[in-house]
Amino acid sequence: MLQSFYIKINKKRFKARFSETILEVAQRNNIFIPTLCYHSDLKVKENCRICLVKIKGEKELKTSCSVKVKPGMEIFTDTPEIKKLRKLNLELIFTQHSQECHDCVWFSRCQLLDLTKKYQADTSRFSNRKEKRPVYKFDSALIYDSKKCIDCRNCVEVCQNQGVGFLELKGQGADIRVVPSEDKNKDCVYCGQCLIHCPAGSFEGVGEFEEVETPLKQKGKKVIFQFAPAVRTSLGEEFGFPLRTPLTGKLIAGIKSLGVDKVFDVSLGADFTTMEEAKELITKLEDKRKLPLMTSCCPAWVKYIEFYYPEFIPYLTSVRSPHIILGGLIKTYWAQREKINPQDIFVVSVMPCVAKKYEITRPELKIKGLKPVDYVLTTRGLAQLFRKYKVDLNKIKPLQADHPLGYHSGAGIIYGATGGVMESALRTTQAMLNEKEISKIEFKKVRGMKGVKRALVKIKGKSLKIGVVNGLGFAKEILEKLKENPDLFDYLEVMACPGGCIGGGGQPIPTSKKIRNKRAQGLYQLDKKRTIRTAHQNPVIKEVYRDFLKNKKTAHYLCHTHYSRKFKKGLNILPPGQY
Amino acid sequence: MSPEKVIQKIKKAGLKGRGGAEFPTALKWEMVRKVKAEKKYLIANGSEGEPKVFKDEFILKTHPFELIEGIKIAQETIKAAKAYLYLRKDFFQKYKKKLEKIIKEKNLPIIIFKKQGGYLCGEETTLVESLEGRRLEPRSRPPYPSEKGLWDCPTLINNVETLYYVSRIINNNYQGERLYSISGGDHPGVYELSADLSLKQVLKKTGNWPNFKFFVQVGGGASGEILLTRELNQTGSGLGAIIIYPEDKTNPVSLMKKWIDFFIQENCGKCSPCREGVYRLKELLSQKNPDQEIIKDLLFLLEKSSFCPFGKAMAQPFSSLIKKVGIFNKNK
Ligand code: SF4
Ligand code: SF4
Ligand code: SF4
Ligand code: FES
Repeated sequence: MLQSFYIKINKKRFKARFSETILEVAQRNNIFIPTLCYHSDLKVKENCRICLVKIKGEKELKTSCSVKVKPGMEIFTDTPEIKKLRKLNLELIFTQHSQECHDCVWFSRCQLLDLTKKYQADTSRFSNRKEKRPVYKFDSALIYDSKKCIDCRNCVEVCQNQGVGFLELKGQGADIRVVPSEDKNKDCVYCGQCLIHCPAGSFEGVGEFEEVETPLKQKGKKVIFQFAPAVRTSLGEEFGFPLRTPLTGKLIAGIKSLGVDKVFDVSLGADFTTMEEAKELITKLEDKRKLPLMTSCCPAWVKYIEFYYPEFIPYLTSVRSPHIILGGLIKTYWAQREKINPQDIFVVSVMPCVAKKYEITRPELKIKGLKPVDYVLTTRGLAQLFRKYKVDLNKIKPLQADHPLGYHSGAGIIYGATGGVMESALRTTQAMLNEKEISKIEFKKVRGMKGVKRALVKIKGKSLKIGVVNGLGFAKEILEKLKENPDLFDYLEVMACPGGCIGGGGQPIPTSKKIRNKRAQGLYQLDKKRTIRTAHQNPVIKEVYRDFLKNKKTAHYLCHTHYSRKFKKGLNILPPGQY
Repeated sequence: MSPEKVIQKIKKAGLKGRGGAEFPTALKWEMVRKVKAEKKYLIANGSEGEPKVFKDEFILKTHPFELIEGIKIAQETIKAAKAYLYLRKDFFQKYKKKLEKIIKEKNLPIIIFKKQGGYLCGEETTLVESLEGRRLEPRSRPPYPSEKGLWDCPTLINNVETLYYVSRIINNNYQGERLYSISGGDHPGVYELSADLSLKQVLKKTGNWPNFKFFVQVGGGASGEILLTRELNQTGSGLGAIIIYPEDKTNPVSLMKKWIDFFIQENCGKCSPCREGVYRLKELLSQKNPDQEIIKDLLFLLEKSSFCPFGKAMAQPFSSLIKKVGIFNKNK
């Protein structure tokens, strides 16, 4: 059935395959059909009705997102009738959405606004009917403004797919609403997948707009930026660069042009995480009862365990996440070196993630009473800051990250993609166990976009059962299996976001499988180009361990943490006007 | 009688679905029968949700034996593992005992199920969602219930009136009748008369032809089309309701408000034209001088873009009323 055939769209002939929808064929051939509720990551819902097309011989108009092509089909995408219907429909959709264009994650790429212009919708015909709907805050991570919701239901599905189901559909008819669950057994884990799948910009990271300048307003403080692996191959999307363009140097130069003192690289933090995690794995391999070891650098996954599966808390590695370790080192190791009072340092992490906004508020992470990281900007937030300060990434001359906390291995870069944490840890664990500097570098079996990846890895004659969970929605099944058979895995990586952090809730929108793939490819290419591709060979790692983390206690204090069972707090509804 | 023969007989009798869509019954049965599947289901729909339609209850009350027999015939013909008799809440309460007794005596695999929602559950795919215990909303089509219905198995869904007539056909006791729910005249009630009669004949035969100026709504009391006196030479359609409105005592705007209240209450909220369109229609109708252009636009959108038959059919009463009776040029 894989053979192709021809269909006609607007009188032109196009090749099509069985199982493709009209919309897919059109998009492949750059024929524009508007969509709002359609998302390539999700099920087809057919509820916005904006993608209607005319199929010759059919009485009723059909939604192109759902109808599969057939040989000989003749389709018209833009008849006067269709145009009129889209105009009218948009007038209705637009007036159930409160505009906040200056502070919206879609910013200049808003489809709603583009479509109303394109179809000359007269949005003054009706008054905004959702003005009085509430705004919710999900801890310190996300804001959900239900005034903007156009009832497409993407977020409900995506949250369900994440295995969380915190967003629920309530009510009927025009009173239908997406609301955070009041069920005490359901809580948000702050992955932000709802945000990047919402066509109406109803979600945003806390402070994503109003407070982006906070880092630049720190009087009398040394402001240090550090940026995550996944940011470098996706930031460009915000400025029209082709997908996967690595912008490391320009990104650093851009931040510096804002008057920031130092820019370090979280990939180095990842190298520290790898070192500590490899050690922990080796210790635990001695006592099988303590396995599997589970990664913990994704705060959404950690919250998921702490809330939904607290019985697994002991299996989470106690190693801190990369930006938290590096933030701690900035305020200790680096502060000492530079003779700066740590209290005068303000650390900003640029992350692909909104859960990291929550992570930095965890009190147990404090180092000598100070938060290792003071502020988290998302990738989008940084772009917003660049736009505000007219930083032109096209023109700016690339710079290198600062010495010494800017130097990282290739392993530190691939942390941004699913399987990357595992691969980095394996590179170093193998070397540590075999007591030689170089061993196998690439572990291709843990790469790629499959939901659950499994492999057997031979280390020092023993075989290690490893698993990589790509997307939180696949975690439940694995955890349930582990309950019955703890021997299933020795080492398990879980990243909440599909694709890993490159698909994170702080990343540019839109997102899709193709986009995530490209961003990941970008990271793997950067890794390949590095001369040093393992954490333990990184000279900065060696230096810091030699000079500063030499005693175990210090290393433990700076690089490890602990977890505890979490319970649901009440829903936080922001009073009108505050937002 | 062999399944082929049963279907042949129904085909010959020319029976069409009485749930509103008027799809040829024999064809529907044949479709479900043809599909290869381990399990199939039958649903008898007695969920009567539209205003001024009373015929489902009429059957439950006066022809329960024929109904159960019709279900049995359908079940055997398509080889359904189970049949569900889906009843409106009050029907469930009133007729459950009586029906269960018949089912028990004949030892049939028929389960009586209490309806969850309102009008929308009369729509086939919503009915299936309702039986599966989900949110009461229509499903995408394809797949049609005849391929993938209840629990993804091929499912035949027939209105109780259709099944009642099936038993009459098989027992050689059918002359092309249908049920008419008549209201607004001198002798309101449910009547069983030939489906070939014109509406005028039906009204006259039942003593309901008014001696005042009037117009009627035919089909159902919310989604039915408005017809003027001179248009009554056509036959009945849809759910078979005929509602008489005296011309000088009916305020078209109030009538529309009544309809819209019904649609607002029954609207599921899934698709934007219907959810938003109905909301805005209500908003407009509560204004003193609503913009007729916008009302027409909304009706056009509802008819052409709604997700399910419910939204699509909603435009009909309004459009026909506005066109034929006019709404705002009257000083009532
Ligand atoms: S952040 Fe993640 S868990 Fe929270 S509501 Fe959004 S999708 Fe659900
Ligand atoms: S919040 Fe956004 S994603 Fe969720 S239903 Fe509303 S418009 Fe859709
Ligand atoms: S996968 Fe990465 S981006 Fe997503 S929640 Fe976890 S740490 Fe954040
Ligand atoms: S995009 Fe096809 S119905 Fe919404």
